[in-house]
Amino acid sequence: MATTVTPPRQRKREVLDRAVIRFCGDSGDGMQITGSQFTNTVAIYGNDLATLPDFPAEIRAPAGTLPGVSGFQVHFSSNDVYTPGDSVDALIAMNPAALKMNLADLKPNGILIANLDEFGETDLRKAQMTSNPLEDHSLDGFRLFSVELTKLTRAALRDLGLDSKSVDRCKNFFALGMCYWLYNRSMDGTLRWIDDKFKSKPLLVQANKLAMQAGYSYCEATEAFQITYEIPPAKLAPGVYRNISGNTALAMGFVAASQQSGLPLFLGSYPITPASDILHELSGYKNFGVITFQAEDEIAAVTAAIGAAYGGSLALTTTSGPGMALKTEAIGLAVAVELPLVICDIQRGGPSTGLPTKTEQADLLQALFGRNSEAPVPVLAPSTPGDCFWIALEASRIATKYMVPVIILSDGYLANGAEPWHVPSLKDLPEFPVKFETNPADFRPFRRNPRTLARPWAVPGTPGLEHRIGGLEKQDVTGNVNYEPLNHEKMVRLRAEKVAAVVQDVPDAVPVGDASGDLLIVAWGSTYGPVTAALKAQREKGAKIGHVHLRYLNPLPKNLGDVIGRYDRVLVPEMNLGQLLMLLRAKYLVDAQGLNKIQGKPFKQSEIERKIEQILAER
Amino acid sequence: MATATLPPLAKKDFQTDQEIRWCPGCGDYAILSAVQSVFPELGVPREKFVVISGIGCSSRFPYYMNTFGFHTIHGRAPAVATGLKVSRPDLEVWVITGDGDSLSIGGNHTIHMLRRNIGLKVLMFNNRIYGLTKGQYSPTSEIGKKTKSTPFGASDRPFNPIALALGAEATFVARSVDVFQPHLKAILKTAASHQGSAYIEILQNCNIFNDGAWDSLTERDARSEHIVQLEHGKPLIFGKNRDKGIRLNGLKLEVVQLGNGIGEKDLLVHDEHNPSPTYSFLLAHMGETEGFPTPIGVFRSVEAPRYEDLVNSQIQEIQAKRGHGDLEKLLRAGDTWEVRA
Repeated sequence: MATTVTPPRQRKREVLDRAVIRFCGDSGDGMQITGSQFTNTVAIYGNDLATLPDFPAEIRAPAGTLPGVSGFQVHFSSNDVYTPGDSVDALIAMNPAALKMNLADLKPNGILIANLDEFGETDLRKAQMTSNPLEDHSLDGFRLFSVELTKLTRAALRDLGLDSKSVDRCKNFFALGMCYWLYNRSMDGTLRWIDDKFKSKPLLVQANKLAMQAGYSYCEATEAFQITYEIPPAKLAPGVYRNISGNTALAMGFVAASQQSGLPLFLGSYPITPASDILHELSGYKNFGVITFQAEDEIAAVTAAIGAAYGGSLALTTTSGPGMALKTEAIGLAVAVELPLVICDIQRGGPSTGLPTKTEQADLLQALFGRNSEAPVPVLAPSTPGDCFWIALEASRIATKYMVPVIILSDGYLANGAEPWHVPSLKDLPEFPVKFETNPADFRPFRRNPRTLARPWAVPGTPGLEHRIGGLEKQDVTGNVNYEPLNHEKMVRLRAEKVAAVVQDVPDAVPVGDASGDLLIVAWGSTYGPVTAALKAQREKGAKIGHVHLRYLNPLPKNLGDVIGRYDRVLVPEMNLGQLLMLLRAKYLVDAQGLNKIQGKPFKQSEIERKIEQILAER
Repeated sequence: MATATLPPLAKKDFQTDQEIRWCPGCGDYAILSAVQSVFPELGVPREKFVVISGIGCSSRFPYYMNTFGFHTIHGRAPAVATGLKVSRPDLEVWVITGDGDSLSIGGNHTIHMLRRNIGLKVLMFNNRIYGLTKGQYSPTSEIGKKTKSTPFGASDRPFNPIALALGAEATFVARSVDVFQPHLKAILKTAASHQGSAYIEILQNCNIFNDGAWDSLTERDARSEHIVQLEHGKPLIFGKNRDKGIRLNGLKLEVVQLGNGIGEKDLLVHDEHNPSPTYSFLLAHMGETEGFPTPIGVFRSVEAPRYEDLVNSQIQEIQAKRGHGDLEKLLRAGDTWEVRA
């Protein structure tokens, strides 16, 4: 391009310890890609980070409307990051609907980049706006940059000979280029990604690169931005890192578990949001011998996994709440026949279809008690996206050691949220080689290991071990069908004792923060981030508080009652109406109180801090 | 080889010490006996057999077979068996089910098992009634059937199990009868050698809740008039004096009297390998039509790729192409960065 050559302007570069930016636009605007690219770039640069993708359940709601708005928030810092951020420093709004839905979270005086070309009368009407916010001074409290993103992108790609629809689709990369400039980030990673992503379509490679570079140059060339920002790398522990989402981490965790147990991995699954990515990931790992079975329904998914477990596979099924409901009877069967099975419930808003793409923690009681009769199972919950890897290994280890189905409760926020993950080396992974029963001498299918109460795993094909199992009550030791009253009670108690015995593998609860004091926060799952951030901030203000984060929800750590007793008050923040709260009150007779948010969104740090302050002020 | 020295298996090797809890006179006894007679003849070591069932009277079957056995939950046996067979293709997996288990609560799994053509042998005991729950109508009960749950007669149209299996493009579909022991055994043996899903409807009498449901087919006097045996390559002839046949007229079947210029050459010759399911479909609906006999035998037996072979060969191909998975590499795939001490 023939432009006047001018020396680069001297602009102020401000060093910050953290920034939160949010890309938002129509579902068709590519906001998830834009956000993930920015995330990868800051991750590789060495910032700590957390992300919050937020997208509608509809694939393409009518363009420009409020229900069609999709967003991606990333919080990156030179210090520890525990949450995606309560409010945003910079908002990139691709249309009026996106602006309307997201403006409330922009900090006073925050940066607002809006696509001027999308604020015509029709656009405003689609967003149910009566006046143009870019002109009516309603945005005076922010640093507004109205940029002709569409026109500038078209101009940059004018000579490519690309159709106009494809040209307009590149405008998100124009915006991304602007953000790279604004935060002093290299475009190299995204340039490489574009090469790879569009390798079969060279014209699109060129178009996306040009658009991004044009956005970058636009900032360089115009006077619009007087300040750029620098967020230095975080001081992370030495090692190799990668960016990881919870679902990817779960998938890799199960591949690792397959290797560490020596068992082939079998996944039975039926597509359901937000769990499907685990199926997608594992279906690509065929070179690890993974069998993925996309079943005809949720019930077939879990029962096929039970069939594979019977045959000696490390068997897994993945789903979300509605699918859990359908799998209920089959999980009871796995309890009754005592076969190892891992069930991943990636929780979402409910009841019924609910909020498919939004997060919630309201399946806890379903996981613990949602089966007919006495059918206890161990329940684990990862606390961060990276922890999903370790929880997959741990669930597989417990399932095979105790011959029991194990439920993992992840959620939509962990599933899609990402964080830098310290990649473990293979020698750091637990090994748990599994041995099948092979000795026919005096073989009894329900004779138990005295320590774990596990029955032997006797797989078909083993000579001399022919036996029958089933959902009918079984006689202790022999496994023969038996309806005797005392045998039934004995078997019910044995199955419960076996799950209770898992406690020998559950580490004691060790509170973070004060070991005793005014307040203990007990939490589980994805609330880890905001609780940790709130605890840190409040302790800096002098509060005497501790935090226990439960990875094992059944059985609970054996010292949990003692730990609870060391504090005056107990607070249980949950994204449900108080399910763990109810359990703790029942089990430990403690007057714990809840903080409950059921909005399809994770807690903000400030919401937890406010509750802590309120409780401490009551004393 | 060690296997050469093993004594051949006998029927008693497949019997268990468990007390059989079917009602005296139940047709299930005859089916159990047939299966226990056929298994030793298949040349498969006993430990390789797995019998998987759902829920219902028929589904108690595995407890009485001295093989590996799994009595699962209502309707789900095909799905459990699919998970086992695809992960353990070395096993001989037989599914035992009934008209309620397979066609009502388990209908979805039945059709998807058949569509995938996974190597399972399915014995569907059809007694046209719910026995274990004590006498409600089933999806194969005739319209108007009076039962405990339909005191004024059922308003549901029944399924034709053979037509349903053919509609799901099953590669092997057959029908036999509990009391026709030689025929049943022959069908079981043929099914055992089929590559892919084999669906066998076994007409079975529930002498407590639906006694005589198949009498018109099984009574000695009526049998030959009401049944036509399907035999590959042979014309469809029936009748006490073997004097009636089935002829194809356009897209319709018709019953013809042999003689008066009509001979065997005019009759439909059974072709179980006919690749088009339409042919078998015509046969499937024959028994429902007034004046037509009910066919027994193999309706369809065609070859198609098996699900477990496709799944496992895909894995092998990818492993051959990309090498066996390397966990260390997987964990470090994509963009990584190193933080130095």
